[in-house]
Amino acid sequence: MVDTLVVYRRLIGAQVRSQLQYRASFALDLFGAFLISFLDFLAVLVIFHNVPRLAEWSVHEVAFLYAASSISFALCDLAMGHLDDFPKKIRDGNFDLLLVRPRGTLFQVIAADLALRRLGKFAQGVVVLGYALSGLHIHWDLGRVAMLVVMVPAGSVVFGSVWVTGACLAFWTTEGGEFTNAFTYGGNFLTQYPIDIYSTWARRFLAYLVPMAFVCYFPALYVLDKPDPLGLPSFLRFSSPLVAALAALVAGSVWRLAVRHYRSAGG
Amino acid sequence: MIEVEGVEKSFVTWRKTGRLRRKRIEVHAVADVTFSVPRGQVVGYIGPNGAGKSTTVKMLTGILVPSAGRISVGGLEPSRQRIQLARRIGAMFGQRIQLWWDLPLIESFELLRHIYRVPADRFRENLATYREVLDLDPFLHTPVRQLSLGQRVRGELSAVMLHDPEIVFLDEPTIGLDVVAKERVREFLTKVNAERGVTVMLTTHDLADIERLCSRILMIDHGRLIYDGTVSELVDRYGGERTLVVDLEEPAAPLDVPGARVVKVDGPRQWLRFRRDEASAAELTAAVAARARLIDLAIEETDIEDVVRKIYTSGTDA
Repeated sequence: MVDTLVVYRRLIGAQVRSQLQYRASFALDLFGAFLISFLDFLAVLVIFHNVPRLAEWSVHEVAFLYAASSISFALCDLAMGHLDDFPKKIRDGNFDLLLVRPRGTLFQVIAADLALRRLGKFAQGVVVLGYALSGLHIHWDLGRVAMLVVMVPAGSVVFGSVWVTGACLAFWTTEGGEFTNAFTYGGNFLTQYPIDIYSTWARRFLAYLVPMAFVCYFPALYVLDKPDPLGLPSFLRFSSPLVAALAALVAGSVWRLAVRHYRSAGG
Repeated sequence: MIEVEGVEKSFVTWRKTGRLRRKRIEVHAVADVTFSVPRGQVVGYIGPNGAGKSTTVKMLTGILVPSAGRISVGGLEPSRQRIQLARRIGAMFGQRIQLWWDLPLIESFELLRHIYRVPADRFRENLATYREVLDLDPFLHTPVRQLSLGQRVRGELSAVMLHDPEIVFLDEPTIGLDVVAKERVREFLTKVNAERGVTVMLTTHDLADIERLCSRILMIDHGRLIYDGTVSELVDRYGGERTLVVDLEEPAAPLDVPGARVVKVDGPRQWLRFRRDEASAAELTAAVAARARLIDLAIEETDIEDVVRKIYTSGTDA
């Protein structure tokens, strides 16, 4: 485990150094990512300029949800965004190279890159979080602080699991990047708003099949001390770490299954 | 070191037969292949494109799981013990780049050192050796994407050997290289084989590689092993023809010499082809000298390329 972390740090360190070789270009990328995602948040403000509340949610409450989702997603995107290019690895046969190295394949795929420019989105999330907290009067007790600290990485793990599961499609179809994006980037978009604004079937899909509702919505209900308009059991608010672990487990198993398929079918 | 017993690999592909219908087609990439390679041997694995070479190598390195049969590499079962095996083997796929494209060569080596957990002193020693033998110093700090093909191949070879593998699988290691670079690669392989006893399995289309390096050839066609033996046996068995090239004092009609036939005439120069079991070069030379005034002569051995081409085109019963 420690050894694996050392190798991860080495691999990522080398990638980061090579990205930083072109400082000006890197700075522009970073700023661009920040600006684009910031414009994205403006859309939320425009909505609230026209309506005071969105399904019982105030602008600062939605901003809180938005920020939590954004930060979770940005962290995941940072570490795993390059999985978008994974189908190419299968198509051109370069996945074989990973199989002749003495490390797990998923580890090698994830450790192949760390796109630092995606920190731009992370920065946007932090700014929006600041805005949200400035307008909310949260009674910060230990539980709420702990929840805020836990919900972000748990959200990242859920996003990451969806990403990995989606990437597995490539083992069968050698394509599938766009399909996966619908769940990852799409999931990020959907979780930025309270799920009770969506129709019933979309809510069920979000909550159970792709466990995006656990990413931010349920933990946010707890932090903001809001009643669940859907009347779901209150223990769901604390379930995000468990759901994250479960999602990771499922993603890992699907990956193993996919690699087994690849090795017996020959790509 | 390598034991392959009755190994098969078949793939299922689907061919469209109508708007929606598809037909299931089973392709036998490798069918009932059996051979074994002792420690320290350099084996050439040859065959036309699509014969099943890469599929075999992929099964030996643990990338693919065989459909049937038994494989043991260094006492391990590749498909089940992939990670353990990976520590003990090296694999280089000619067309694929294992080095990190954007990083200087030396950094790729450093990363591999960690991936393979090579002890620091061992790493230093190996790197020093390869820097010298493969002359890596001029481009050790250059990003891989800026290297010439020859430099990159030298880098890849070093990368494959950094963790002291007992067996290396090299797929077309000299493809696209110029004569000098090819020679350097061959020298390197000869050296690691002689000094470290590394077992080498080489797939190649370059028969000079085979003549220079391999004590043994395995030839595969249509997924079946069609030849297993030495290079010279192969030449004897499937061809064994040599050519005597003579320069006469003046142009003459094609010479009529028993045991040989003239295949080409160019002014005073004539090419006489003969089978090594039917005539000796000495007898023929004497016979030619008895019929015309001889200035110079040379003997051309059969190219194994010719032999292999013959077998490829005629199939198993050539």
